[in-house]
Parts: sequence; C-alpha cells; structure tokens
Amino acid sequence: MNDVHAPTHDHDPDHDHELGFWRKYVFSVDHKVIGIQYGITALVFLFTGFCLAMLMRWQLAYPGEPLPIIGGLFSEATMPNGVMLPEFYNSLGAMHGTIMVFLGIVPLAVGAFGNYVLPLQIGAPDMAFPKLNMASYWCFLAGGIVMLCSFLAPGGAANSGWTAYPPLADIATTGQTVWLIAMVFLITSSLLGSINFIVTTIQLRAEGLTFFRMPFFVWAQLVTAFLLLLAFPPLEAAAVLQLMDRLADTSFFLPSGLVVDGQPLEVAGGGSPLLWQHLFWFLAHPEVYVLILPAMGIVAEVIANNTRKPLFGYRGMVYATLFLGFMSFMVWAHHMFLTGMGTSISAFFQATTMIISIPSVIILSNLFISLWGGSIRFSIPMLFALGFLPMFGIGGLTGLPLGLTATDIPLHDTYYVIGHFHYVVAPGTIMALFAGIYFWYPKITGRHMNKTLGHIHFWGTLVCMNGIFFPMLIQGLNGVSRRLYDGGASYEFAEPVLYLNKIMSHSSWTLGLFQFFFIVNFFMSLRTGERAEENPWQATTLDWQTPTPPPHGNFTQTPVVHHGPYEYSHPDLKQGDYLPQNLELEA
Amino acid sequence: MQIPYTVETRPDTGLHNSKLGIWLFLASEVMLFGALFSSYILLRINSPDWPAGHEVLNVPIAAFNTVVLISSSITVLLAWGAVKFNEFKKFRLYLGLTILLAFVFMIAKAYEYNAKFSHGLYPSTDNFLGIYFTLTGLHGLHVVGGLVVMIYFWGPGSGMFHSEPKHFADRIEVAGIYWHFVDLVWIFLFPVLYLL
Ligand code: HEM
Ligand SMILES: [Cu+2]
Repeated sequence: MNDVHAPTHDHDPDHDHELGFWRKYVFSVDHKVIGIQYGITALVFLFTGFCLAMLMRWQLAYPGEPLPIIGGLFSEATMPNGVMLPEFYNSLGAMHGTIMVFLGIVPLAVGAFGNYVLPLQIGAPDMAFPKLNMASYWCFLAGGIVMLCSFLAPGGAANSGWTAYPPLADIATTGQTVWLIAMVFLITSSLLGSINFIVTTIQLRAEGLTFFRMPFFVWAQLVTAFLLLLAFPPLEAAAVLQLMDRLADTSFFLPSGLVVDGQPLEVAGGGSPLLWQHLFWFLAHPEVYVLILPAMGIVAEVIANNTRKPLFGYRGMVYATLFLGFMSFMVWAHHMFLTGMGTSISAFFQATTMIISIPSVIILSNLFISLWGGSIRFSIPMLFALGFLPMFGIGGLTGLPLGLTATDIPLHDTYYVIGHFHYVVAPGTIMALFAGIYFWYPKITGRHMNKTLGHIHFWGTLVCMNGIFFPMLIQGLNGVSRRLYDGGASYEFAEPVLYLNKIMSHSSWTLGLFQFFFIVNFFMSLRTGERAEENPWQATTLDWQTPTPPPHGNFTQTPVVHHGPYEYSHPDLKQGDYLPQNLELEA
Repeated sequence: MQIPYTVETRPDTGLHNSKLGIWLFLASEVMLFGALFSSYILLRINSPDWPAGHEVLNVPIAAFNTVVLISSSITVLLAWGAVKFNEFKKFRLYLGLTILLAFVFMIAKAYEYNAKFSHGLYPSTDNFLGIYFTLTGLHGLHVVGGLVVMIYFWGPGSGMFHSEPKHFADRIEVAGIYWHFVDLVWIFLFPVLYLL
C-alpha cells in the first residue's frame, strides 16, 4: 500500500511553521484545532443554556417575585422590575432546550470529541475533508450567533418550545423566523460534519485496523454520524415548509378555519399540524441517540482504561449500537400517542419502542459487567464514568412507561417527561462529557487537571443533578404539567408537591456554583497542571501513541495495528499490563 | 501533509474519498426530498379539493425541460469521458453544453414562474401551489448549485486537467453523479406535480 503519511514529500504546502496565526488557530483546517474550537464554543453555549435554566428556576420557585440584583439588568419587555413576564418564560424554555441540544451537547459530543479523538484513534493524519471540516465549524458558529441574536428580535426569541409545534409556531413573533434560519445553518453544519466523519472512518483507518478492531468510541461516532446524516434532512424539509408558512403565507401546517384572537386567520388553510410533528420527531428521536451514543463511547473508553481489562462483550456492544441506530428511525411517533393517530399506528410504535430498549440495555449492562473483577483506578474521569452508569440507567428506565400508551397518556407533557429526559442528557450525557474532558485534557494540553478540584466538582455535580431532576419525576407523577409559567402554583392539586420547586431551584443554583470548580480547574491547569507524558493513563488505543500534544499530521510514524482495542492485563504480557494497538506481542 | 486516498482508491473499500462523500451526500438528499414528497402525499390525501396538475401548470414547458435535463445528463457523461481520454477541447465542449442546457432549464422555469405570478397564482393560493413552488424552488437551487460547480470546472478550475488529470477526472465524475441526481429529482417532480 502506498504510504502517504510518511514525511517524505519534498514539497509540503501546509507545513506548520509556514502558517500564520490566523490560519493556524482561527481558520485552521487541522482537526485538532477545529475540535478545540468546537469544544470551547460548545462549553460556552452549554453554560449559556444552563444560565437560562437557572433563570427559569427562579420563576418556578418564587413565581411572580422580583429577581434580586440580576433582575434589574433585564429590559422592560422581558422582566419589568425584575418580575419575569410569561412570554419571556416561554422564550427561555424554548431557547434553553434548543441551545442545550443543538448548540451545547451535540457540538461538544460530536464536533469536539469526534473531531479531536476519532482521527487519532483510527491512526489518520486528519479528517478526509479538512476544508469541509472548517466550513462545518463556521456554519455552526454562524447558526449559534443567529440563534442568540433572536433574543433581540421584536417580540423576543422563539417561544413555541424547542419542538416549534404549529399552528402556534406559524403565527408566533419574528423570533421564530430567526430560529428557523439558525436551524438551517446548524443542519447544514452537521450534514457537512457527518459526511466527513463517515468517510474518515471508512477510508482513513490505519493499516491493520479492521472494523472490529476499532475502539467502541469510533463505532459510536460512526453510527451517530449516520443518524445525523439521515435524520436531519427531514427537519430541514420541515424548517423550509415552516419558513414558507411564515414568509410566503402558505398553509402547510395551518388547518382550515383557524381563529386567532377572535379573528379568522386569512390563509388558504387545508394544512396539517400533524405533518410537522411527524417530520420533527423523525429527526428528534434519532437525535436523542445522537445525544447519548457519543457519551457511551467516551464512557466505554474510560472504563476499559481504568478497569485495566477489555470491555465485556465488545462485539455485542457494536452489534447493539448498529441495531439501535437502525431502529431509531422507526420509533418517532411514540412522542405523538396523544394526537389521535389511531390505535393500530400506536400499537406499531409501542412495539418498536420496546424493541429499541433492548440494545440500550445491552450496552449499559455490558458497561456495568465490565467493572466486574477489574482492579479499578478511581481517577477523576472514572468517577464521572461511574456516575454516568446509574444516572443513564434511571433515565432509560423512566422512559419505558412513556413508550406505552396506557402509561404515557397520563404522563405525557408532565414534569415526569422533563425528569426522564434530563436524567438521560444532564446527569447522563453531561457526566460522560466531563469524563471525556478530564480524560483527554492531558493529551490535548500536555497537563493534568487538578484532582482535588476534580473530586469537589464530581461530588457536587452528582448530588445537585439528582436534587434537580429526581423531584421532577415526583411532581410529574402528581400531575404537574411541563411548560407552566408558575411551576404549578395556580393548580390546587399541585399544592402537595409545590415545596419541591424550591429544592430543585436551589439545587440548580448550587450546581452552578460547583461548575466554578471546573472552570477554575480548566484554566488553571493549563499553566500549573502536573505535566503529562505521551501516554499518561497507560492506554492501548492509538490516540495515546502520539506525541503530547499531537503535532500537525498526528503521528511521527505511520501506525500499523496488530490487534483489538483493549489489550489490558493480557496474561502473555512480559512487562506492564497493557499492549498498545500498534505494538506486537513479543513472543 | 496529504490526506490518503484523495486520488487513489483504497484497496479494501474500492473507493476514493470524494466518491464515498458524494454518495453519502446524495443519501441525505434522498431523505430531504423524500420528506418533502411524503409531505406532498399527506397534504394531498388530507385535502378535499386537490387540483389536477395539468389544469394549473404548463405541461409542454415541463416536458421540454425534462428533455433538456436528460440531455444535460448525457453531455456531462460525455465530458467525463473526454477527460478520461485526455481530450481537452471535447471536454470543454461537452461541459459547456451541459452548462448551456442548465441555463435553458432555469430560463424556462423562470418563464413558468412568471406566468403563474401574472395570473395571480402564488404559493399562498393553495397547498398545491405552495408545495409546487417549494419543491421546484428547492430543485432550482440544486440546479444553481450544480451550475456554479460546473462553471468553475469549465473555467478557472480547468487548469487541473493538465496538472492532475486523474484527480480532475474524479472531480468531474463526482460533479456528474450530483448532476444525475438533480436530473433524477426532476424526473420524479414532473409526473408528480404536472401529470398526476
Ligand atoms: C443541568 C441543568 C439543567 C437544568 C437546571 C434544566 C432545567 C430545565 C427546566 C426548568 C426546563 C423547563 C421545564 C418546563 O418549563 O416545562 C427544561 C426544559 C428542557 N431542557 Fe433542561 N435543564 C438542564 C439541562 C439540560 C440539558 C443538558 C439539556 C439537553 C440536552 C436540556 C434540554 C431541555 C429541553 C429539550 C427542554 C424542553 C424545552 C421545551 O419545553 O421546549 N436541559 N430544562
Ligand atoms: Cu423518542
């Protein structure tokens, strides 16, 4: 095979020191720089989305009371005298959901970790299409900025929920149009990104790295990329149709005879609000696997490394992931049991939903069983990975009753749903992402993060997360609806569980405080962290077999892979307890 | 640093990067237009008075445009062949013809749109016209995208023909695959909107 990695080319157009500051750090085509750009941007958005949630939590705990100090910073149109207006609460809810999902978690899990780690783990010098990679980041940033700017639109940001259901969204204020335009940017970005990830994984694997020798993280990213590739276009179609409804006065989602504010709406009518829901959930269900699969990939890497033994049932996990990806396109209407689709359609989607829970259970159980008999190193990444397992477990199990009509009909649109999916994405995915940050930080920066601060961050986060989201499940079971501006205060039946609102809100603000330990640690360790060598965790995968931090082009020597990804504690090893993928077992 | 398999094919997959890339891109395009066609079906079965396409739209022009696009699919194939046989003049001729045909298509389309507007028929008139303008408009954007790429390869990008003939042939092939897809979408759109 021709060896194009080797630095034998006499003319090398993008060699390191020929690049200026702008090409090297800003408009870079290097996957590592782009990964870091994605990571920083996504962390900022994640924090922004979190701030919006903390604001909402004030209104939920103390409905109608002025927010001290910070409340004075807001305009008359949003929080007059520090008291939140209902429209503003709705905007906060819609923007929190949108920012967290599309601008926080996905760019961090896929854009940042995928970009930085995936090419390294498969032994590639970069992504297959570096320029496309850069375009994808800038498209994402543009979409993010447009999305944030929508707060400045007349009438405020989008306020029809992150699901943007028509007819409400069709007749909402200008912010909704801005939301749709931002979504088109974000969809384009993820389209470019997903093509790049798939081509890179299939084409640029190092010699000897067969599919079943790829680390589980790579598999998770590959399946995620397929989900993004195939699920986002229908949302793009839906966004185009909604834009047409809003800008060209079509009535794709507007039924005949709609009356708004006592006035009949002057449109042709004949459209179908349900059409939007089908198109939206055709994306948004696979999207939840986009939120969780990369997290599982990270956790798998951290667990194998810190238990010092191979993952239990690696092949089974890979098959489960493939099956999960495939099935995720066939469950979307379980979000629509209350729309009157008809019982036979409901029956179909209940069945597929129960089936898709099987592969998730396989993956989670395998991760749990992998702990069995390991001599576990309780490093900071490992703590977060261990925290992920039960949290995701709660999220998954609480989802089952939502997949069956008998139980979903009373639970739909209550705080139980909010509790359920937050367990998946917040204590679940976010814990896994933290695990990933603590795990790869030494590779990226050449320094370790501080352990003491890490411990405080972990325990604080774990406790507060449960303080926020467990009471939601209880409130929901008591019938408190989601998207209530006053957190249920005006409903008599909610009275017995109203005190929980304060617990949840105070937990969320305390969670905010604990994040400062992370932020300080993140920046301080850049300068003062303990120096990390090439392979500080004694890991087997190729991402650790490069200099720290990896240079442009990644590998000093083109890697050749000789065996599977997790050769830890192999009985034939002469010295040490691990065998990197690019080394042969000495006979 | 150079990315492997940009030009050569990888032995075990039998593909070079951009060829795999374009097929993946088309897979997502299938989902995009698939979703829009599904929306069309849902809107139509929900509607009590869906008009017959040929009574509202201009079938002869659309038929003419179908012939134009199919011919352009053939010329783009010939252009690729010409690169393979290293015949630069022929390549310029055939790709130029393709570009010309794409322009003819867009002009006919613009004429059609104009005729609709002058009769007071807008996307907001009813959902049939709404989906008609949305689908053909989106298809038109794809034609424009293809035009930009082909004009680039015909003009400023054609230097690569001599410097890296293999790479250039691959690029024309990839552009051609995309162009066939744009053609294919129209072949669905024509009967669905104009005839059924
Ligand atoms: C970690 C701290 C978080 C807190 C305190 C929090 C809090 C909240 C609250 C109070 C609501 C509104 C409930 C309602 O009014 O119905 C909400 C909704 C939501 N959250 Fe979070 N959340 C957090 C993290 C996340 C994360 C990480 C994600 C996503 C990936 C997320 C996604 C959503 C979505 C999609 C909604 C629904 C928005 C809508 O109703 O349209 N949240 N969250
Ligand atoms: Cu779902």
